[in-house]
Amino acid sequence: MNKHYVYADNAATTPISKEVLDAMMPWLTEGYGNPSSIYAKGREAGFALVKARQQVADALGCEPGEVYFTGCGSESDNWALKSTLHMLAAKGKKHLITTVFEHHAILHSAAALEKEGFEVTYLPVYENGIVRVEDVKKAIRPDTALVSVMFANNEIGTIQPIPEIGAVCKEAGVLFHTDAVQAVGHVHINVKEMHIDMLSLSGHKFHAPKGIGALYIRKGLVLPNLIDGGGQEKGRRAGTENVASIIGLGAAIQRATSDIDKNAARALKMRERLIDAALKIPHSRLNGDRRQRLPGNINISFEGVEGESLLLALDNEGIAASSGSACTSGSLDPSHVLLAIGLPHEVAHGSLRITFSDMNTEEDVDQIIDALPRVITRLRAMSPVWERIVKGEPVK
Amino acid sequence: MLYSEKVLDHFSNPRNVGEIPDADGVGEVGNAKCGDIMRMYLKIKDGKIEDAKFKTFGCGAAIATSSMATEMIKGASIDDALKLSNKAVVEALDGLPSSKIHCSVLAEQAIKAALSDYYKRQGVDPEPIVGKVGECEACHTL
Repeated sequence: MNKHYVYADNAATTPISKEVLDAMMPWLTEGYGNPSSIYAKGREAGFALVKARQQVADALGCEPGEVYFTGCGSESDNWALKSTLHMLAAKGKKHLITTVFEHHAILHSAAALEKEGFEVTYLPVYENGIVRVEDVKKAIRPDTALVSVMFANNEIGTIQPIPEIGAVCKEAGVLFHTDAVQAVGHVHINVKEMHIDMLSLSGHKFHAPKGIGALYIRKGLVLPNLIDGGGQEKGRRAGTENVASIIGLGAAIQRATSDIDKNAARALKMRERLIDAALKIPHSRLNGDRRQRLPGNINISFEGVEGESLLLALDNEGIAASSGSACTSGSLDPSHVLLAIGLPHEVAHGSLRITFSDMNTEEDVDQIIDALPRVITRLRAMSPVWERIVKGEPVK
Repeated sequence: MLYSEKVLDHFSNPRNVGEIPDADGVGEVGNAKCGDIMRMYLKIKDGKIEDAKFKTFGCGAAIATSSMATEMIKGASIDDALKLSNKAVVEALDGLPSSKIHCSVLAEQAIKAALSDYYKRQGVDPEPIVGKVGECEACHTL
């Protein structure tokens, strides 16, 4: 087979599309005016921001005044959690509800709040990687300030029952935030219909550049300022706007949401074909619910193989993917997401995440299906753990 | 994770992979929970390591250090093999990322474990010669 480079780690980041780059380029060159300036060059940039904010608002089903541009998804998450808890502490509400398998931008923000004396409830996600609405309902207390549940998980792609959780929160009078970094541009979102009070998103997950994100904050909810300074983002997140990237975010979100059904159908077909092929490899398992997951997400564990060496071996085959193994996380423990859905450590170490975007092709899937059994056979042949599995001995 | 070209070469083309059916010493260190297991096979004659092979479950660095360590002790005397430090293995690989140093410790320990087994088979108490064979320090913190 003629090998080409297969980029299959789109949950980590996506390439900037030609269309987005073209939209941005004028604002990196002649359109250098400060959007706050009164003269023509400033006004042009200001109007471009108005358009981009409208594009984001249209994609989320909100008003442009409810969109605040930030530097990344993590910044949006930090702002939503910390500012909400700090604000409501004055009213005696010092309780946060989230889940065990959130992104670290949420988990570490929650840990920082715990250090300050706030209380956090971490909901389980069960074997299918989906939080239960009744658990949310049961966890809400009179002093609960905020519920934060991710829209879709970044590792296993499972989509959470966001509208149902939103309804529960609305009824209980509790604010609801969702980290939708992996979901925006890939699944339909309407913040009003879904009763979402705050939503985090990040541009580089759908072909906008890195370093641009947004936080939707429902009108009427006045969060404490994240950055004090000038009047940008209504003074709540001051600092001269990243004009070109905001324009890129606007163009990217508009394209992604208008093509959502077409792209999802394409990715779903590739996903299902790859899952079927990968599960033919003995001692493999799909992590996370098969149906209620992002159309482009595949997460599979192969027993007897360590994830990082699997990634390096795939890299040699021209395939870029990701793993939840400890070795790739920089810690000794494998992915908290895989442990949360009940995988034993040694199985979690052998996980592989493949994530497709609309730029991937069936040819990419062919190449992965061709390479995967070969590299797994090679690694298993030198693995003492695999030897034990074959002999039926316990893996210590 | 920035691996040197040498690490990538020893990962992609590992030397001495496999088993020695009539090995004179076999040692295994690490555990699957941590994500690293190394097993070392030694063929020893007249105090010299005639052949060394390994099987490893682990990351790229674990496989590369196993490969390099077996290369370094092949043909060496037992004394020299016992003196092989993890630092020497790291240097031979043109360095390892700091989070991967424990893999080289594992390789050093795997050789010691195999030599301990060799002495035990000879009816000799290995501890005064080989010392205590511990596991990867990092694992003890778990």
